[in-house]
Amino acid sequence: MSKTITIDPVTRIEGHSKITIHLDDKGKVEEARFHVTQFRGFEKFTEGRPFYEMPAITARICGICPISHMLASAKAGDELLAVRIPPAAERLRRVLHMGQTVQSHALSFFHLSSPDLLLGMDADPVERHILGLAARHPDLARDGVWLRMYGQQIIEHLAGKRIHPAWAVPGGVSRPLSSESRDQILEQTPRAFDIAQRALDLFLSVIEKFEPEIETFANFPTLFFSQVTRNGELELYDGPLRITDAKRKIVADHIDPSSYDEHIGEASVPWSYLKAPFYRPMGYPDGIYRVGPLARLNNADRCGTPRADAALEAFRALAKGAVLSSFYYHHARLIEILYALEQIEALLKHPDILSPRVRAAAEPNRTDGVGVAEAPRGTLIHHYRINDDGQITWANLIVATGHNNLAMNRGITQAAKKFVKGSSLKEGALNRVEAVIRCYDPCLSCSTHALGQMALRVQLMDREGHVLDEQKRV
Amino acid sequence: MKESIKLTINEQALTAKPGQTILDVAWANDIDIPRLCYLKGLSGVGACRLCMVEVRGVPRLLAACVARVTDGMEVITDSPKLKSYRKMVLELLLAERNHICAFCVASGNCELQDLAQSLGVTHVRYPYRFPNFKVDASHDRFVHDPNRCVLCTRCLRTCEEIEGARTWNVRGRGIHSVMITDLNQPWGESPTCTTCGKCVQACPTGALVEKGRATGEMTRTGNLLPKLTSMRESGR
Repeated sequence: MSKTITIDPVTRIEGHSKITIHLDDKGKVEEARFHVTQFRGFEKFTEGRPFYEMPAITARICGICPISHMLASAKAGDELLAVRIPPAAERLRRVLHMGQTVQSHALSFFHLSSPDLLLGMDADPVERHILGLAARHPDLARDGVWLRMYGQQIIEHLAGKRIHPAWAVPGGVSRPLSSESRDQILEQTPRAFDIAQRALDLFLSVIEKFEPEIETFANFPTLFFSQVTRNGELELYDGPLRITDAKRKIVADHIDPSSYDEHIGEASVPWSYLKAPFYRPMGYPDGIYRVGPLARLNNADRCGTPRADAALEAFRALAKGAVLSSFYYHHARLIEILYALEQIEALLKHPDILSPRVRAAAEPNRTDGVGVAEAPRGTLIHHYRINDDGQITWANLIVATGHNNLAMNRGITQAAKKFVKGSSLKEGALNRVEAVIRCYDPCLSCSTHALGQMALRVQLMDREGHVLDEQKRV
Repeated sequence: MKESIKLTINEQALTAKPGQTILDVAWANDIDIPRLCYLKGLSGVGACRLCMVEVRGVPRLLAACVARVTDGMEVITDSPKLKSYRKMVLELLLAERNHICAFCVASGNCELQDLAQSLGVTHVRYPYRFPNFKVDASHDRFVHDPNRCVLCTRCLRTCEEIEGARTWNVRGRGIHSVMITDLNQPWGESPTCTTCGKCVQACPTGALVEKGRATGEMTRTGNLLPKLTSMRESGR
């Protein structure tokens, strides 16, 4: 009799979801599905709102990366105004975005994933979280908390508060940077570099213990999708889009972000509120691609900053073509922290950074605007249409976790086939299936949740939906 | 008619002129009474019910902005009962429309928000109605969002009593009331609006704002209208 194992909710990710593992008649894993069980509706209820409000409205999509939404939205607003924002405003937005990248990557690595990496996939779930980590590796836990604080403080210095600030606006930013804030951020940056480097060294020292996970954590060929600079370097704020294949060959390059919909299609699946984007020329579901740190490093020719480029060498050595195992998202994330810190330092030392000219004023001059930025988890697309009065008539948002939807489903199927045997519900096996999802650091368009407070429910069900077995952990 | 009236407010003995409202006298003596629809320089309408006070011997609460003082009146402006009613009034206002400070352009410069904070409104006990009024952004310089309106009619009174244009009106009754321009025409097509912007200055919330302002950017010069009125009166 075929059965279904349900992991509900998935823990240590941002948002609400569950995983179902479907067993065939012989008790072998046939397929695993990642269900996003929350519904938001931002694209619909923003209709009629003045577009100037969109950065603040869409920032509320998420408590982890509100900055990315605010910036993608403000960039779509720049397009609607048809202005080029002042250079200081662009630099300030970039600093803000790098602060966001550092804090979000630090949260993903230290708070959410390092308990798996350092305490082990099979460790007791009662201890396998940030507090358990703090008991066993207090210095590392302290580093994680400090690095996240550093990123959050950058956001506060620039935008006024750490979560959900309203600072980036169509045409630029609402306030310039003070010299005191700049000096305070620069003063703390050396410590941030030390922590980032230590975390990278630590990751490289433990990675050989995870060979089975590396082999089976969404380790398969896909396309990779991200922004790059015009000369092919790593880019997180603004640039043309690039698509490469599993051999790191360029499939499409120099794509104007405003023409994203010529390349990306969106499919809906009946079992999830998360749409499943695909690469149009290859169709659904063959046009599977990944976004985020792994995709960005596979896509970029180089980082363009010395410390990140030095760290990139070890990453490049992992594979002849593209690095395919999603386990290496962690590795890529740590390299990106170094890159972000180098960017912060360089941008803040620019002589123009304190300029009071930070906003271009204009009335709407276009009725269609696309804003694209590389959020910590991958490419984020905001696309708005407005009427002549500047009110939203249509909105489309494609978030990073959406891009990765097809790859996450294939990834958990791969891991479930390897680690889930028959109908036995082993804790470590289920944690590995969850950990595949955690590699992508999915942000299910949600606010933060208290860690360790979400119960995990695992159900074993037959085809008719009768519960055959159940396990709970708190 | 007597030349002066003796009364007490919060047991403080005060003297007032005949015809003054309780709010006028309280104001002159630095006694704060919460208010929303009242704006110095405009006629009082007693619409918001936040300035309600207790008067000894009167079985109901009175709106201080319209109740005239009388000789021997004993007024209480703050009591547990008044606090509870004022909170209730604010909660009803918040539940009636979509007052979402998170992305409101008036956040940080909003009298409704200030009152909710100062009166300790941490929760709304009534079900939200979530109306879906159409935002009117047809005017070149201003935006009217009825979803953020508290129906204080300050805009109407400002337009009528200070500017003399009478662009603003109220359509409908009770909870279905909504502010309209002229004969329910788009604001941008109003034949009477002079684009003076005084209604936008008078609005206590984010219902009337300047176009192009992003979240939290709508600032107001708080005493512009009272100044205008007093300058006009002194020039007469």
